[in-house]
Amino acid sequence: MTTTAGSAEHLPPALRTEALEQLLTERGLIDPKAMDGLITTYESTIGPLNGAKVVARAWTDPEYRRRLLEDGTAAIRELGFGGFQGEHIVVVENTPTTHNVVVCTLCSCYPWPVLGLPPSWYKDPAYRARVVKEPRAVLSEMGLELAHDVRITVRDSTSEVRWLVLPERPSGTEHLTEEELVALVTRDAMVGVAKVAAP
Amino acid sequence: MSAPLDIEGPAAPPRSNGELVFAEPWESRAFGMAVTLYDAGAFTWPEFQAALIARIAAWEASAERDEPHNYYGLWLAALEDVLTGLCAVTTDEVTTRARSLARRPAGHDHRDHSGHHDHSH
Repeated sequence: MTTTAGSAEHLPPALRTEALEQLLTERGLIDPKAMDGLITTYESTIGPLNGAKVVARAWTDPEYRRRLLEDGTAAIRELGFGGFQGEHIVVVENTPTTHNVVVCTLCSCYPWPVLGLPPSWYKDPAYRARVVKEPRAVLSEMGLELAHDVRITVRDSTSEVRWLVLPERPSGTEHLTEEELVALVTRDAMVGVAKVAAP
Repeated sequence: MSAPLDIEGPAAPPRSNGELVFAEPWESRAFGMAVTLYDAGAFTWPEFQAALIARIAAWEASAERDEPHNYYGLWLAALEDVLTGLCAVTTDEVTTRARSLARRPAGHDHRDHSGHHDHSH
């Protein structure tokens, strides 16, 4: 990114953003205060915590798990999560023999209401291109070694389908409460680039 | 939520994934503008998404691939594309305003995006 002052065609994006925000505000198209609230919501309120609650419920309530795998969007709405980018969420389950990993090869489709905003690596061209071609190698580089007999399925998110991974419940967590399980579930596990470990 | 203080590994609590969502404040403003305008019905999400996909594809096909990937730079460009298409604002207007912002006196606090600066016209 160039920051050369005076180069009209290469104005820093920070300045273009500020200019655009001013113009839209002056025209009554956006309200900066409302926008502040929205950004805060996505940055800190949603996060992957909502997704972790969904996963912990599915681990502890077989009937909920069935509904979640059948209609992700509806089951997630049961817990009060939904809205923007939360339509058409399809939940797939990781097991000892099958592993799902999520990507958006075209841009960065992502189930925001349950996972918050996508991490930078999810938007990275290298991840988006490579995970399709060599998922085992990419997962290994990200610290997840899968046995060779584990079948890997790469799920490509679009505006029609946003994938969410239901990770395996780690062994040794049978005694934990739903609330304690929530604390174990990571965003990476729900994208399928990590497993959930017992505490 | 009282999570064990794992710093690394899959057991680290969800809030400790350790990744900054927005590298710089302007990125969150660019994000917020698109979502706010979508919420207000200015455009549909597929419209914005198509513009973003086009910008990303153009970047991937261009020589600039060697430069660091700037996701929100492309996001901002896509937003400008959509708004230009709607005649809500033109690229030239944004450029003109950004130029005048660039001429602000040194020492101006660029981090304050919530206040309204009156250096523009």
